[in-house]
Amino acid sequence: MPASGTIVLAIGTKKGLWLASSPDRETWTLSEPKFLMEEIPSVGIDTRGGRTRLFAGRMSWHFGPCIAHSDDLGETWAEPQEGGIRFDADEGVALERIWQIQPDADHRPGVVWAGCQPISVWKSTDHGETFELNRGLWDHPHRSEWGAGFGGAAAHTVLPSPADETLHVAMSTGGVYRSDDGGTSWQPRNKGISAYFMPDPNPEFGQCVHKVARDAVDPDRLFAQNHHGVYASTDRGDSWQSIAEGLPADFGFVMLTHPRRTGTAWVIPLKADGERIPPGGHLQVHRTDDGGSTWQAGDAGLPRAEYNAVLRDAACVDTADIPGVYFGTRGGTVYASADEGRTFREVARNLPDVLSVRAAVVPA
Amino acid sequence: MTATSPVTVLIPTLLRPYLGGLSEVSMSLPGPGDVASLLDSLGEGRPLLEQRIREETGALRRYVNIYVDGEDVRRLDGLGTPVPAGATVMIIQSVAGG
Repeated sequence: MPASGTIVLAIGTKKGLWLASSPDRETWTLSEPKFLMEEIPSVGIDTRGGRTRLFAGRMSWHFGPCIAHSDDLGETWAEPQEGGIRFDADEGVALERIWQIQPDADHRPGVVWAGCQPISVWKSTDHGETFELNRGLWDHPHRSEWGAGFGGAAAHTVLPSPADETLHVAMSTGGVYRSDDGGTSWQPRNKGISAYFMPDPNPEFGQCVHKVARDAVDPDRLFAQNHHGVYASTDRGDSWQSIAEGLPADFGFVMLTHPRRTGTAWVIPLKADGERIPPGGHLQVHRTDDGGSTWQAGDAGLPRAEYNAVLRDAACVDTADIPGVYFGTRGGTVYASADEGRTFREVARNLPDVLSVRAAVVPA
Repeated sequence: MTATSPVTVLIPTLLRPYLGGLSEVSMSLPGPGDVASLLDSLGEGRPLLEQRIREETGALRRYVNIYVDGEDVRRLDGLGTPVPAGATVMIIQSVAGG
């Protein structure tokens, strides 16, 4: 556990946001729902600069999407009167959903990134008050060839590198793109990732990558859970190698990395594209500590039969001394592990479908 | 419509927080107008309310319905539907969601 602090867990669901808190990751207090009846596909917790700002990417089927933030751990929420995430009218498109809210590195304290549907990346330099469309990706010549996964055409992963101006974005479907200049220009980086569902199974782009995570120690090292296929790269995405051997299945949505240790990542496999349940109905979290060479399953505390999927952002880690691992299912159960994914404890059950979770240690 | 002709706008529950809790707003539009100009006036100084009703493109959100004197504007001229003097305009969320 952290030396001092409370764990806050933001749980975005199909019908609202819940906040759970715990002093020890064993006993949890669950809030009343916020934004009831709105989908919350993305949440973010920004703890940089000695303050805690919660973000919620809200989506009302009636009244559209918006980003809101709270500086009092969810008691009150604000939307920028002007700003937020909105296309200019002359673009002729409307924001559909905010899939990702990603605070940047500590040394860029005001910068917050968002990945959205339609496929777009947005940057805020004022702590998430106002966002600017990334023109480099928006005007990319590949745009007309990007497709939509079942959930919609979205940039669902935005990964700024703490080391330099490198950015990685993952989109469904389009694959992984990298910028070496802070987002001015973008190049596809999918060599080695299969797109079995396309006529050419090894295209330059068009892969359906589900989630990418960056190694905290070696920012050139990446891990990817693909639409069938689990991969790692040690060269910033220039090439990818399969690390699926040893897993019960290579399908799934989740990819997490350790906040401080190199080579450690977690996945939550599902059986297959056509059978999106834990393999054999046996829900397990799999961890590698050697960059994907070997995997260990963790399932202590998890149900013996579970047929709900875990979505791409419905899993996260915290930054405690011994990191916690968290995930929620489409059946509305949320689990927390205080021992890096070996054993789990139930945080909440019978919530609506869990779409997003993020956890952080905040001052007690 | 004249500048002195009132138009009554009925506000759905979920949008009332953007209007100080009001369920009904009486407005005077600056001349003959349509639903778009009425929404322009209603949203003036209330950008969050405007964003809830119309997309960035100016289109009425798919699951927001507007009735002018009981007639669904989607069955008339959409946002170009005239708003006559003394009209009652109802903004309401449609049946949607699961």
